[in-house]
Amino acid sequence: MFLKLVFKNIFRHRLRSLLTIAGLIVAILAFGILQTVVDAWFAGADMASAQRLITRNATSLVFALPAYYRERIRAIDGVTKVAISNWFGGIYKDQSVGNFFAQFAIDDNYFDLYPEFRVKPEQMAAWKADRRGALVGRLLADQFGWKVGDVIPLKGAIYPGDWEFVVRGIYEPKDDTTVTRQFYFHWEYLNEALKLKFPRRAEQAGVFIVGIADGSRAAELSQVIDGEFRNSLAETLTETEKAFQLGFVAQMEAIVTAIRVVSFVVIVIIFAVVANTMAMTARERLAEYATLKALGFGPAFVASLIVAESVAMTLLGGAIGIALTFPTAAAFKALVGTLFPVFNVAPSTVALQAAAALIVGIAAGLLPSLRASRVKIVDGLRYIG
Amino acid sequence: MKVPFAYIVRNLWARRLTTLLTAGGMGLVVFVFTAVLMLDAGLKRTLVSTGSWDNAILLRQASQTEIQSAIYRDQADLLETLPHVARGADGEPLVSKETLVLIAIPKKGSDKPANVVVRGMPREGIALRPQVRIVDGRFFRAGSSEIVVGRGVARGFDGTGIGERLRFAGREWTIVGVFDGGKSGFDSEVWGDVEQMMQAFRRTLYSSALVRLEQASDFQALADAVGNDPRLALDVKREPAFYEEQSRQLSQFITILGIVLSLIFSIGAMIGAAITMYAAVANRTGEIGTLRALGFRRASILAAFLVEAIMLALAGGAAGLVLASGLQAFTITTMNWQSFSQLAFGFDLTPRIVASATLFSLVMGLVGGFLPSLRAARLEIVDALRAA
Repeated sequence: MFLKLVFKNIFRHRLRSLLTIAGLIVAILAFGILQTVVDAWFAGADMASAQRLITRNATSLVFALPAYYRERIRAIDGVTKVAISNWFGGIYKDQSVGNFFAQFAIDDNYFDLYPEFRVKPEQMAAWKADRRGALVGRLLADQFGWKVGDVIPLKGAIYPGDWEFVVRGIYEPKDDTTVTRQFYFHWEYLNEALKLKFPRRAEQAGVFIVGIADGSRAAELSQVIDGEFRNSLAETLTETEKAFQLGFVAQMEAIVTAIRVVSFVVIVIIFAVVANTMAMTARERLAEYATLKALGFGPAFVASLIVAESVAMTLLGGAIGIALTFPTAAAFKALVGTLFPVFNVAPSTVALQAAAALIVGIAAGLLPSLRASRVKIVDGLRYIG
Repeated sequence: MKVPFAYIVRNLWARRLTTLLTAGGMGLVVFVFTAVLMLDAGLKRTLVSTGSWDNAILLRQASQTEIQSAIYRDQADLLETLPHVARGADGEPLVSKETLVLIAIPKKGSDKPANVVVRGMPREGIALRPQVRIVDGRFFRAGSSEIVVGRGVARGFDGTGIGERLRFAGREWTIVGVFDGGKSGFDSEVWGDVEQMMQAFRRTLYSSALVRLEQASDFQALADAVGNDPRLALDVKREPAFYEEQSRQLSQFITILGIVLSLIFSIGAMIGAAITMYAAVANRTGEIGTLRALGFRRASILAAFLVEAIMLALAGGAAGLVLASGLQAFTITTMNWQSFSQLAFGFDLTPRIVASATLFSLVMGLVGGFLPSLRAARLEIVDALRAA
């Protein structure tokens, strides 16, 4: 009888309820997408492995390290593999955001360190055999329609000149947290070209990717590596891959925080809308509540009637909003995939959405229910809404 | 005959809680909308005021940032012989050959390191940037390991007070002054002597060169002279144009994100307004009938309810604007992707933004209030009177 009353009440003002629910759907949807945007920011850190360290110049990332450090790092006990990775920063076609992607000059053993990138053995062999060869991620290849054998021209910004690479392989992601939007080519090739054109810039590494056998020794090994080069001309800073990636996010912390704050603002906005609806509804029905009381129902019953109506409405809107989050996220990804290569709705996001809907429902119903439960029967019956 | 304005306002006042909630929701939307526009305006102002119109900046061809650029010493010396380069009081050409590197220092409060620009410059560099003045301490002495820091750096990073030392490039650098860059991008930089920096960083190349033109209109002539000299494989840009390019991506990102958010949020707020106005119409059906019976026309009723919705939205918009104007006290420090370094900028409330926000709330009120007002106007007198 209670639930029946609640549902009947919701659809008495069909237009108002529909509008409120529509507003809820939009808000819960927007909240979910914003949370997902924040998550996407951390995608690089999420795919980081505990068994990889990154060694860079202690002064800052823009300073290179001598390439011979590779052998000295490899000699350290506990280190399994070391590979150079150089940010190339070339321009494809033009400078627009849509044509931007990360390019790295890497050692040939780099992919041994990244088992989450799956390359067919014959493509890997073809890449290793071609000096100008490049390995590109599935996402990147699909975006530009590249196939094996295509020639990709890049205009060097950090390393001047016109560079050409041949796609020799396309690597696939292990699962949907893996970002496959990079472009890899031989560090040897870059190095040889630099030896001819800018000898002072040759034999240098941007960062070293250091594979370690035991992830729990990461902190200790980082110190050993940095100790190896202390007081040299190029001191190093070694940290786990995750810390390295989070360092990037931290540099843009202000933006991430702003998005987070705004995602909660939308909840406050929708709270105002729902609270307004419930306040109006309760005011109009004061006479009914008085009647219920006159029939012998207690104030708690009347109060819970209003809160239940409010919660039922927000949960309905919330459920539709959550359901719509998935197709919207997929559409969003198709639209701005260049910015956020990994854009998945996390289970925690769905939980947050549901919690937000519930809290808004309870909070919005509370104030009017208090008023209705306190109404005196005589006043209520006399009241004309 | 028009429905009196006082009647409209008193209707809003009669249902205070509802008015407050509806206007509050709209106010928050306007707040977000305004905050984003202010942020973008602040970013643009910071970068525009970073450059002077009569300065030209030279970078290696095809490099987009000063970090990527490199200029040989002989190229840099050639610049002093170019036509239209202004000369200082001592007759020396006003050319500032500079070196630029990024160092990582911990941000205040998070102790996570962030990239800060370190710029080595000769004496001319200071003369070429008249908007920069020392607010505390003094400028660095040429030929010494002294540095000065911008206000944004002093505020946002640890260990950057006067008398403190920063360690980079295997040396200790003493901070002797804090400068105010007039809200420009220089506020986020550290400055020192160029020759000392190049020695410490073991560089033989400059990063960029800044040149004062005799007259702002001489730019094209200088650009032609650089283009015609095969020894100078350099790009020339006006300084403000260069800094504007540096932040284009960040600015685009902020604008697109902000507009999309505001549009989505405004749907919620307009629905709120529609609900309120529908309820107003339903509650006052009898009143509407009476008004019509008194001789007010349908158009007047429509206008009265529309004005009520607009008043509601404007009240919300005003609240949002007041709230947003409080943001002017804050500064945001974030990474500029293109230059890969930290940039501090504020929220800037311009008259144009006030106008846009007002227009935005006006439109929200109109859209949200239109259908309910139409319903009010279409009521038949007899039905309306009977409903009461």
